[in-house]
Amino acid sequence: MSMGGQQFILMLEGVNKTFDGFKAISDLNFYMDEGELRVIIGPNGAGKSTMMDLITGRTQPDSGKIEFGADTDLTRMNEYQINRLGIGRKFQTPSVYIYHSVFENLLLSLKGPRSVFSSLFHRTTPAQRDRIGEVLHTVGLTERSDWKAGSLSHGQKQWLEIGMLIAQDPKLLLVDEPAAGMSDEETRKTGELLVSLAGRHSVIVIEHDMTFVRQLARKVTVLHQGTVLCEGTVDQVQNNERVIEVYLGRKKKEKEKGER
Amino acid sequence: MRPAESKTEKWGLLTVALIMVVLLPSLNAFTPAGTFLHVSNFSINLYGKYLCYAILAISVDLLWGYTGMLSLGQALFFTLGGYMMGMYLMRMIGNLGQYHQPIPDFLVFLGWGTLPTFWKPFSSFPFAILMAFLLPGVVAAIFGFLAFHSRIRGVYFSILTQALTYAACLLFFRNSLLLGGNNGFTDFKFILGYDLRSPGTQRGLYIATALALVLVYLGCRWLSRTKFGLVQQAIRDSENRVLFSGYAAGYYKLFVFVLCAFIAALGGILYVPQVGIINPGEMGTEKSLEAVVWVAVGGRGTLIGPVLGAIFINALKSWTTRAYPDMWLLILGTLFILVTVFMPKGIVGLPGQLRSLHGRFRPKSAPAPAASTEPKPEMAKTK
Repeated sequence: MSMGGQQFILMLEGVNKTFDGFKAISDLNFYMDEGELRVIIGPNGAGKSTMMDLITGRTQPDSGKIEFGADTDLTRMNEYQINRLGIGRKFQTPSVYIYHSVFENLLLSLKGPRSVFSSLFHRTTPAQRDRIGEVLHTVGLTERSDWKAGSLSHGQKQWLEIGMLIAQDPKLLLVDEPAAGMSDEETRKTGELLVSLAGRHSVIVIEHDMTFVRQLARKVTVLHQGTVLCEGTVDQVQNNERVIEVYLGRKKKEKEKGER
Repeated sequence: MRPAESKTEKWGLLTVALIMVVLLPSLNAFTPAGTFLHVSNFSINLYGKYLCYAILAISVDLLWGYTGMLSLGQALFFTLGGYMMGMYLMRMIGNLGQYHQPIPDFLVFLGWGTLPTFWKPFSSFPFAILMAFLLPGVVAAIFGFLAFHSRIRGVYFSILTQALTYAACLLFFRNSLLLGGNNGFTDFKFILGYDLRSPGTQRGLYIATALALVLVYLGCRWLSRTKFGLVQQAIRDSENRVLFSGYAAGYYKLFVFVLCAFIAALGGILYVPQVGIINPGEMGTEKSLEAVVWVAVGGRGTLIGPVLGAIFINALKSWTTRAYPDMWLLILGTLFILVTVFMPKGIVGLPGQLRSLHGRFRPKSAPAPAASTEPKPEMAKTK
């Protein structure tokens, strides 16, 4: 869809989703440019993960439009169909194949045919090996290629999963709290990696950690009660009164409670 | 590391295959009865039965150990294959039955004068074999499609497979199905013109079973090393990741489920002429559960484990049911609990466990409790 002549890679318009009477997403509008790196923040229960679920086909919206690229309707597709369009997702808790080697994890993620019969007669080409080598280098796991993914550290698993996303060569990457459980040094590296991916890919990052958000230093969308509260740069967002109310107001109340 | 390992593995495989396929039947055929090396007709027949169970066990493990789908109804496909073979064998009795009629005895008993139409083509061996694979395959395809399309996983899948085999069992108990009711089929006489009671025929069937097991083993070994095998095991470890990586996990599961129905059916086809009887009891829920115990005891997620487990437990069963007939189910249950708790990797994992135990005692001669205090990473997988 184009709006005012501009091409969005992802567009959500008037999206609603209710779970057992709880309105998780409420009249959500979200537009994202191609090549953009967007950070989504918001308190717990703001609907960040539900939004990811809606984009990736894990759940379907009750109403509203979700479109990818020119005019591909995502609302009627399932997870693997949406993935094949070029939307990759990284989960909050690292989900890698723990009994497969790092190499095999990437092999399974590599862009290419996904059918049962193609997998039966698959042979890994030298070009594919090279590509896996590149991805290993990008995520800093070259030395760990033969390791079982289950024996990697938490941070390395997170990187492997990001590597698995890169191997798919998606147009859009959805990354859910990539720095969770990482040391400061690891967090910084992860930030650099994500920034380097923007441009060639479009990236959405969900994050809590404001230092990390500042490092990514891009456009920030604040979600609250299933809808967009405000959008802007890190500074704009941090100085927005409604955001302060939602975040700090809550903190104030909690503080008062704690003091009492 | 890999080449050396696979070389010993290859030689080991070849040796075991030769012993099973060539040595045992030769000792049965060419050594005089009563001598030390002789393998009796009874034993050959018994081993044949064990190997049929081993084929069934591989199909359970390909689902459970490799794909993470615990089927509690795998004996259904085994029995369906067996029934189709049984229909052919019933036709081969001719008019040598009790009633000396050209149709199976139970049909005479039910008041039938002529053969029901659906029985007619089963006089043909190729047709019966075709049906023995087709019927289980179609049942598995329909059930699997519905189950995987609705994303039924984990314990819900297990319960449904159990319900499926129980329903089929009740159906086959009915006389009106015209498949022998609760008595099933028995009194077989000939297969492909050979007398089923002659030692030569039984030996031939044993060799066919041993060969079938070797082929199934090699086929599954090949499969587990393809990219398909990687996807299969990835589904076991993180199905969501597989789905969100663009794989239609449901179709992969459906393929494995139908393939395993074929493998189980093959076991059943070979089982019936060797055991000489097939009845709905074989579809009972406990038969499928037993097969799961064989796999757990032998070692899940390996190909040799289910074979070892099936042979070991059934040999134990043969012995126990003669020596302590009432104790069998107690022994089986106890064994299952002990293996689940203390040997999560089954018989196959035992050497590794002993080695690590030995390693812990050796360097510091540590006190005994050290062996079990550390949580084992494998244990997490049992969930």
